[in-house]
Amino acid sequence: MNAKGIALIVALAALAALAAVMKRSDVYLMTLCCVYLMATFGLNLTVGYAGQMSLGQAAFFGIGAYCAAILLKFGWPFFTVLPVAALLCFVVGLALGFPALRVQHHYLAFATLGFNILVFLIMRNEEKITGGTFGISSIPRPSVFGFSTDHHLAYFYFTLVSLVIVAGLLWWLLRSPWGRAFAALRDNPIRAESLGVNITAYTLLAFAIGAACAGIGGVYYASLVEFIEPGPFHFSTSLMMLLAVIVGGSGRFFGPVIGTIVIILLPEILRSSNMEALKFMQKWYLVFFGVAVVALMIWLPGGILSLFDRRAKTPAKELAK
Amino acid sequence: MGDFVQLIVSGTATGAIYALAALGFTLLWQAAGVINFAQGEFVMLPAFAMLFFIAAGLPLWLAFLLTCAVAMLVLGYGFKRVIVDPLIRHGVIPLVIATLGLSMAVKSTVRAGYSAEAHPFPSPFPDGQFALAGINISYADIGTLVLAGAIVIGLQAFLNKTVTGRAMQAVAQNTEAARVLGIDVRRMVLYVFLINAVLAVVAALLITPTYLAKFDMGDSIGQKAFFAAIIGGFNQTRGALLGGVLIGILENVVGFYVSPAYKEGVALVLFLLVILFRPEGLLGRSEERKV
Repeated sequence: MNAKGIALIVALAALAALAAVMKRSDVYLMTLCCVYLMATFGLNLTVGYAGQMSLGQAAFFGIGAYCAAILLKFGWPFFTVLPVAALLCFVVGLALGFPALRVQHHYLAFATLGFNILVFLIMRNEEKITGGTFGISSIPRPSVFGFSTDHHLAYFYFTLVSLVIVAGLLWWLLRSPWGRAFAALRDNPIRAESLGVNITAYTLLAFAIGAACAGIGGVYYASLVEFIEPGPFHFSTSLMMLLAVIVGGSGRFFGPVIGTIVIILLPEILRSSNMEALKFMQKWYLVFFGVAVVALMIWLPGGILSLFDRRAKTPAKELAK
Repeated sequence: MGDFVQLIVSGTATGAIYALAALGFTLLWQAAGVINFAQGEFVMLPAFAMLFFIAAGLPLWLAFLLTCAVAMLVLGYGFKRVIVDPLIRHGVIPLVIATLGLSMAVKSTVRAGYSAEAHPFPSPFPDGQFALAGINISYADIGTLVLAGAIVIGLQAFLNKTVTGRAMQAVAQNTEAARVLGIDVRRMVLYVFLINAVLAVVAALLITPTYLAKFDMGDSIGQKAFFAAIIGGFNQTRGALLGGVLIGILENVVGFYVSPAYKEGVALVLFLLVILFRPEGLLGRSEERKV
């Protein structure tokens, strides 16, 4: 166990202890962050490690959430729903990624963008299945080993532990030979191919695993909010998720953490504040965020985390390939 | 039958507007290697600029000309200098992300600084319709078709017949060879940005009377533009035209005969079919990768 690992464990323990004394709404926000992190960690695999642009992560997030809402209301147990939703997103990801990735890099961005719009239309219009704009309400929360997670704190701990497991699996995956192949094909696809890495298959796999992570996040989201409607799964959420990964530092394992905190917590802090200056910021927040993204791309394309190791390495160039 | 022909005519008119936006998108990609995700906002901003000039008391045609000038300066030259030039050396992905950020910033600026409402926009063509062999055709559709058609033909003629146009094509096909031949590559690339800005203003003039001027009106037209570009063939200017018109017609037919709710999905389905069966686009040629 190295120093970083210990620091991480201490941070997680501190977070868990802090949650016990926080307001209910703050615990809710932290849980929401954990849920989004599952999706953005997955997206980081697609964007940061496989070097693909995906603009449809919210669609997979939504598929997971609706899958969970419908099946949980049928009385399926949570731990059956979870793999079903993940598998569904994985398969849909393969089906969508296959035609797009066969052609050219940036085609996946267009395909996922259109896919997100289509999924949103289906959620809104197929009232028999999805409840349309009325959504699906009173989604149950699971019991874990006989303990109910109905209490907000219990659900936060459950989500936090699940997030650590998902992140741990991704960490393991990235250190396996597979994961190294992902990075190889991002850094120099043609060299990777000449070394016998099947580019298309690996990229497709990275994308589908990223989609499955979003599906898992969606399941936790449905149980967290207990009521879902199409709104949160709009294309704009996908865009925010992508920007969260990029802003934090794509291709860095903990990059999504910074970005997700920025996109989830910052607007909430601005919304709940009473200060005049912050109220002004609330209205103009997206403008500043958009401009910040442009500025970041110009001066620091490696994301916020690349600030710390600028002298050690020059990761900014890696992203540019 | 009459219904069907009407759907085709009005679909072609809408498609012609998509084609204009797609054309600029394709030109930028060919000549400068830029994928502009803010293309939709490049249509939305001129719509508001024209409304601004009209509110100041100018007639529509003068507002249009002034907006063209401002757009060439801001969306053409400004966009190139401030965003594209510093970013193009980092590669495609950072530039794509930056245009996504730009799109968000522009949309939110209009929303927070001006209005979140939809504003009516005067049509450049007279109201009403005329009957031709029992089929009603609106003046707006005909006007749109004529104007968009004239611009596309004019642009093709410029690209193929003039020295400058051919130089621009040379830059798009092989930048290095063009430079060796003494073509001022930077100037040609700048021209492409200016043309893109003007095409966006024309698209705004034609589509805003039906879409209404709203901060998020660019979302839809931006998507249609790049789907049209890919469906037709990313490396062919004629492809953008075909793709745009195809999407316009099919959207109308699907909206009428299948379900209006899924009209927006037509472009995606068509796109997926095209990249499955003809990845280089309907009129495109396949590109070789450079190591």
